[in-house]
Formats: sequence, C-alpha cells, structure tokens
Amino acid sequence: MNIVVCIKQVPDTKGGVKFNPDGTLDRASMLAIMNPDDKAGLEAALRIKDETGAKVTVLTMGLPKADDMLREALAMGADEAVLVTDRRLGGADTWATSSTVAAAVKKLDYDLIITGRQAIDGDTAQVGPQIAEHLALPVISYAEDIKVEGNSVIVKRQYEDRYHEVKAQMPCLITALSELNEPRYMTPGGIFDAYDKEVTVWGRDDLTDLDDANIGLAGSPTKIAKASDKVRKGAGEKVSLDPKESVEYIMNKLKEKHVI
Amino acid sequence: MSLEEYKGVAIFAQQVDNKLSSIAFELIGKAHELAADLGTDVTAVVLGKDIAGLADKLGEYGADKVVLIDDPALETYRTEPYAQALTAYINEYKPEIMLVGATAIGRDLGPTVSARVKTGLTADCTSLEIGDFPLVAREGQEQKHNQLLMTRPAFGGNTIATIACPDNRPQMATVRPGVMQKLPKEAGRKAEVINFNPEIKENNRFVEILNIVKNVTNTVDIMDAKILVSGGRGVGSPENFKLLEDLAEVLGGTVSCSRAVVDSGWKPKDLQVGQTGKTVRPNVYFAIGISGAIQHTAGMEESDIIIAINKDETAPIFDVADYGIVGDLNKIVPALTEALKAELAAQN
Amino acid sequence: MDFTLDKKHEMARQLFREFAQNEVKPMAQEIDETEQFPRENVEKMMKYGFMGIPIPKEYGGQGCDVLTYVMCVEELSKVCGTTGVIVSAHTSLCCDPILTYGTEEQKQKFLVPLASGKKLGAFALTEPGAGTDAQGAQCRADEDGDSWVLNGSKCFITNGKEADVYIVFAVTDIVEDAKGRKSKKFSAFIVEKDTPGFTFGTKEKKMGIRASSTYELIFQDCRIPKENLLGARGKGFGIAMHTLDGGRIGIAAQALGIGEGSIDATIEFVKERKQFGRPIAAFQNTAFQLADMKARMDAAKYLVYNAACTKDVYTQDHKTSYSIEAAEAKLFAAEAAMAVTTKAVQLHGGYGYTREYDVERMMRDAKITEIYEGTSEVQRLVISGAMLK
Repeated sequence: MNIVVCIKQVPDTKGGVKFNPDGTLDRASMLAIMNPDDKAGLEAALRIKDETGAKVTVLTMGLPKADDMLREALAMGADEAVLVTDRRLGGADTWATSSTVAAAVKKLDYDLIITGRQAIDGDTAQVGPQIAEHLALPVISYAEDIKVEGNSVIVKRQYEDRYHEVKAQMPCLITALSELNEPRYMTPGGIFDAYDKEVTVWGRDDLTDLDDANIGLAGSPTKIAKASDKVRKGAGEKVSLDPKESVEYIMNKLKEKHVI
Repeated sequence: MSLEEYKGVAIFAQQVDNKLSSIAFELIGKAHELAADLGTDVTAVVLGKDIAGLADKLGEYGADKVVLIDDPALETYRTEPYAQALTAYINEYKPEIMLVGATAIGRDLGPTVSARVKTGLTADCTSLEIGDFPLVAREGQEQKHNQLLMTRPAFGGNTIATIACPDNRPQMATVRPGVMQKLPKEAGRKAEVINFNPEIKENNRFVEILNIVKNVTNTVDIMDAKILVSGGRGVGSPENFKLLEDLAEVLGGTVSCSRAVVDSGWKPKDLQVGQTGKTVRPNVYFAIGISGAIQHTAGMEESDIIIAINKDETAPIFDVADYGIVGDLNKIVPALTEALKAELAAQN
Repeated sequence: MDFTLDKKHEMARQLFREFAQNEVKPMAQEIDETEQFPRENVEKMMKYGFMGIPIPKEYGGQGCDVLTYVMCVEELSKVCGTTGVIVSAHTSLCCDPILTYGTEEQKQKFLVPLASGKKLGAFALTEPGAGTDAQGAQCRADEDGDSWVLNGSKCFITNGKEADVYIVFAVTDIVEDAKGRKSKKFSAFIVEKDTPGFTFGTKEKKMGIRASSTYELIFQDCRIPKENLLGARGKGFGIAMHTLDGGRIGIAAQALGIGEGSIDATIEFVKERKQFGRPIAAFQNTAFQLADMKARMDAAKYLVYNAACTKDVYTQDHKTSYSIEAAEAKLFAAEAAMAVTTKAVQLHGGYGYTREYDVERMMRDAKITEIYEGTSEVQRLVISGAMLK
C-alpha cells in the first residue's frame, strides 16, 4: 500500500506570534514548522505503516528551505520525500496549488492521500478537497480517526455537533484534523538517516500533466486586492484591586453599559 | 466563458436533519445587501430529501427565489452527491456570486464545487462587499466594477486580506458563521419556489455512511449567547468551572472556554472559543483565567464588552479587554455572583 | 576550527528541546518534590531512541555521535537535572563500557536491549569505604566453578533500583609488588537485576536530583555466570577510569544544561518582576550579571563540546585520549553551573529561595555535578597530573 501525505511548511503562529511596534506581524521572528494538521496526517500514515508496512511518501510544494521539514518527516519515519519548488509556481491560490500538487501526486503511486485539514497560515481548508477533485477521488474531510480495512478506509468525519462514520474505497483522499492523534517525535538516528537520504526535487518542467494556465499567480482565479496586518484592538482599563473592590468595579461597569 | 451570462446572488442554504442552519439566514442577509448593490435578486439553494417545507422560512428571511434539489441521495451530507447537485445548479442558473457557510459541510462542499466549476473560492470570509478591482485604477490594467470583494483573516487572525475573483464566475466565498446579520423575519413574505432535478449519478466517489453519532450536549450554542462566561486553564480544574456556571446562570449567560480547557478534557469542543473553535461576539464576554493567546482572542475580540479576570497582570488578554481586573478569580467570581443576585433581586 | 553545528545536529537539538519542553519540564518540579523516579518519561525516551544515541545501530543504538548525546543530556538538564543524569549514567557508564570492553556475545545479550531502550543501565563503583580512594574497596568476587560469587556493597548508585543491568566492580585479586606492598586488583562484571543474592539497601535522601533513584546495592553470595566478566580479569580499575572519562562528559553536559536552564528561567523572571516601577531587567546590575552568567556557560559549552568531539575521534581511531578534555569540561562546567545557578537564585530575590521557582531546584541540582563521577578536586588531579608528569 502506498500513502502520499501532503505537508506544508508554515510560520509558527502558536503562542509565539510577535508584533512589531507598529502593530504589524513580526514574521522574521517566527519559526518555520510543519503545519500541525499535516503532522497529524503524517502520524496517521505512519501508524498505518506500522500496522501494514505501507510505504509513506511526503510531498510538499514550497520554498527550497522546506527541505528541513521534509527531513523532519523522514526522521519521523516517512520513506521518501518530494519537494516541488519553482519560482513559476509562486503566488498560487488554492486552485493553482491544488492543480500543481495533484499533478505531482499523479507521478507517484498512491492508494491513499492524506492532507491536513487546513494550514495555520491560510486557514482555508480548500487544498485537500481540491486535490481530490483534480484527481477525481472520493474525499473525506475533517478526519478524527482513520482505519484501513482491506481496500477501504473507515473514517470518523467530524461535524459541529456529530460525527459520521464513513467508508470509502481506495484510492481516496482524507483531510486530517490535529485532534486525530499525538504525532510522534523524531528519533536521533532517524535525523541522521534523514540527512543521508535523497529528497526528490521537482520543478515546473517535471510536472508534465499540468497546464500553465493553472499555475502560480497568473493561474490563480482569486487575486489579492489588499492585505494588511491586523492592528490589535487597544487595551482598555486595567485595575488591580482587592476582591471586594473588584466586584464593585465590575458591577459599576455592567450598570454603566446597561447590562444589568 | 462569458462573465456577463452570470447573474444574481445565490446562497447555499445548509440544512441538517431537515432543519435549516442559522448560517443560511445569515447568508441571505448579506446576499440581500450585495444584490441591492448589483440590482439583482437573492436565490437560496436547498439540497436534501423531502425539503419542500423549508422554502417558506427562507422567503420570510429575505430569499427572492428558492431552488429545491430534492433527491434521496442528498438526505445526509456527503461530498459527491452534494457537489454534483450544487455544480449542476451553478451550470444551469449561472449565479454571479455563490455564498456557502464556512461550516464543516461548507468548507468541504465549497472547495470541491469551486474546483469542479473552475472558479476561485475565498475561505472563511468575515466581510463581503461590492466594489472595484483593482481597488484603485492602475495604468495598463482594466479596473473591473461590481466585483465581489471578500475579506478574510489569515495567519491565525493576525492578517486581513481582501480578495477578488475578477476573471471567473461565479465568485465564490465561504462565510464564517456568526458574522453576518440575518434580516428580521417578514411573516408571509413569499419566495418563488423552483424545483430543480439535476439527476445525481452514483459513482466511485460516493462514500458510505456507516453510522451517525450525535454529541450529547444540551447546552445553548455559544455563538448564539448574549453573555458568555468563558474559562481558561487558570480556572484550575473542571470542578472549579462551577464558579463560572453560577455566574452564567445569574446573568442568563452561557459558559464557554479556551482551547487549553478542551485539550485538558475539561469541557467539550463545542464550547471552545477561538481560531480552532468558534467565533463569538456576545454583548458581554467574561474571560476568566484565560491568558489570551492570539488564537483565543481571534475568536472573541469582536465582543461588545470584554471583561477579563486574571491573576497574571502581564496576560495578553488584558490587551484586548475593555475592563481588566488583576486578581484571584476564586475570590472575585463567587463574590460577583452574589452581588449580581442581590442587585437583580433588588431590581425586581 | 569550525564551531557551527551542521543541520542534523541542529535538528537533533530541536528534537531534544521539544521533548524537554513538552514532556520533561511539566514534571520537573513535581518529581523533585515527590522524589518519584520519572518512569513514564524514561519509557518515552526509550521509545524515541534517547537511551542509545552514540551506540552503533548494529548494537541497537541510534548510530549518532557523542556530540548528539551530549546535546540530549544538555537539553534535558536545562529543564530537569534528574532526567539528564538518568540518560547520562545509562549511556556513558553502562552502555559505553560494554561497547568498549564487551565480547560480541555480551554486546548482543546486554548492549542491544540497553541501547534499544528495552532495559535501563547503571554503574556501581563507589563503596561506603571507597570513593575517590578506590583501594578502600571491600566488595569482592571469588571464582567458583562456572561462577563468580560477589560479596559486599556499593553505594550512591544512580538509577539504583530502576536499572536492569549493572556494571559492578569488585576485587578479584590482591597482588604484591617487588617491595612487598599489597594492592587490590579489580575486575568488572555485568550483573542483572533479580540475580539471587543481589538486593537493594537504603534509598538516599538527597539535596538535589531528588527523583534520581540513588540506592545502595547489596551482594550476598551473589552468583553470576563466568561469561559476565567484562574485559580481562584484574583490569577493572582501568575500565572504571576509562568509563568515567566518558561519564564526565555526560555530567559536564548535565552541568551545562542546568546552568543554561537557570539563565533561561532568570531572563523570563527579570522581564516580569518589577521593582521601583520597572522590570528588574532594566537595572544594569541585573543585565551585567546575566552577561557574566551567559559568557561563563558559553565557555563551558565549548569545553563540553570539545570533549565530546574528542571522544568522537576516539570512537574512530580507538587511541586518541579524551581524558584531559573530559576532566576540564566537567571541572569547569560543574563550577560554572554552581556559580551561575547561585546568581540566578540571587537575581530572583526571595522568590528564588522558594520552591515555586525552578532556580531553587537548579541550584540544588548543580551541586552534585561538582561531586559525582570524580569531584572537582579529582579533575584537578587529572589535569595537573598530565601537566606535571
């Protein structure tokens, strides 16, 4: 069985978001990490590998420095890694990204494709289902649990107030939630091996089954009209009082604002 | 594709168990504004089985037309039959704007359909308006008018981007629940009802639903609450949430929580406020023992009044709070509950 | 000379740091308080290969180098000195001598499970009457048929009751030199837990590294198979000294981590703590003290990494000595850790003296690094001995 896991390198917004004095985001101070939902997807694939001996290939589209993240995936236990990188692919929206990734996936053997539900930088949750669409595969989004049974997968698909237990025939695509599992750590020896391995690097020209009209900034139907860092809402009052005075203070404010 | 062929604003009116979701009415509310700017009308598209009864309510909340796609394959949400149906609707009726809720259904259906009809999709929008693209005329580039400008947060709520889809139709967006305002109900208002049968075909992409398990919670949806009493890890233990529940009860509010609380297993996921939880904007939001990481504040900073209680005076929650109290929640919260009880008793 | 780490070492450090922050740090205060051996975390470290980092893959290890192992002990010790020494004693004092002196059979039988994280190791040299002075040792081993029979006791044994495999040193011969002076000859043995006649005595109540399991080992007619003799008969003292050279690098890394960890904690504290209306970080005394602390630990770091890299050379050529490098690293890092943690407590003021703040524990943990696996005085003997010979 062959599993392809699509992963993305993202800036770490978890807890460590820092702002410049003007209220804009200090991107330079943020670490580049493997997107958490994608890491859960990788862990799910590695657990299937532990059980069935499946081969796990990780695939990313990004800057050359995404090599670090691919090595991390190899150090966790992935068998092979593919980096799709080319200036011509830059500026892609989810349509162009999914078209490109789908063209890369087509070059690989796969029974199961796992992506994260969404990346913490874009939060769109679109690329996974759109890859499935380009490949004409069944898609199950928002997976909380994945089991392989013969030629099928059985997935707990999360909704707001319920879950569906869903069965799909492979090949298919699943998008993983970070709640799916607790990803494993790398091992020290795994790290050393990862740096001895070859990462396959594909540029635009290696993706033959891909139309120029569907890649990069020009191939993206959506265009950014304006982007700005959100300046955070300013702080209001802050008081440090004893408990009794604190209660009086809150009561006064609630009255002032006609809440009570 | 001729862009001019596409007319009207359509919304996907999500139903679950043949009950329309609140997002359907929110989308109609926003679609109405957009349609007014464009001089066109609003169509609500409902997919399901035995759904004819849902049309009246959509009309009362502002839909001009209701398209019903009634098919046994659409009884419970599955990506493929829903995508076939909505794609068929788009190809047949050619709306210039197609809005879908950014729900667990919409965020699966939206991307699938947008890829199938080959158009752009902007995720999780918090603001939609009609305007020009580019915003300001640029030499050598045609400025297009009457474009849908879709604004959305990204980067964990730290950046805001406005996005257009100038060369493809329909212009598609998923819209964050709880952000758009529904219109007041107009009793007796009728929409034109159209039954559309696109003939859904079973294929290899159909999945089988083996089981449906509903979460057993009977709490009010925190997105509908006017007053939220929200607790973080600082509350200390699941038992200690009793203090917050007492306060919520006396105020007629609801308890919600931060991600840390859900991760610790103290409260269920549907009470979680924040980037990976729900976006809320109640009249009053109490943040109690919540440090206020950006992931949390992204989901609550639009609240009208934010009152924070935290013993750590450097907690970032104080940066978004209107009223911040540095102190021990274990002392302040019960005393506040008592004071409110006394006050409300006096008022009656 | 190149002092930059390559990518694989950087990533390894990232791994150790993440593990330390996520798994070890949340437990550190509690296990210090309760003196509970952190079994759960040790099992996680076993699972993720932390217990055999510099051991070749063919013997169940990770096939990395001493530098990687040192960074592991360093990062763990930044948040918990106890966890650091568990890894150090296991790797340097139990796996390493079997790798260096063991027969192929011994390696397969003992090293593979140790390095692959199925078993935990310990090292037993010190006795109630013999610490720095090894000739005071009383524990003996007598040959009897197919067995060696151990009698005596060992004390202050790290991983004492928790280990599965022990390297035990015992007197096997007494020889007389030409002038008629008698001296004891030691041999090294591999002893498994649950061997009849092998029991545990008192658990030590310690100032620091309180969750490390420090026990007395008691041997009463403890019969071990002949094939468990490690190295040649009578060569135990050399084995012990050579093993301790490596162990000192591990302890130096532990000291390094403790000192660095106290700086991390202090930086966080001085930015938050306000006096006279501003954070105490804004006072020049605080800033300069921190600068001194940092410079001192960085100096220690280079000595420790140098010792690790020298031992890596030994791994390749089996002859380069790293004894002096190890002694210098341990001497300097241990004393730096003691001085730096003391300053860290001072900068915390009254809070630093309470158990609510990590630096209180770090200062107690730092002290042992000046004592075990050769006191600072022994390190000075080793270094000066080589200088003045």
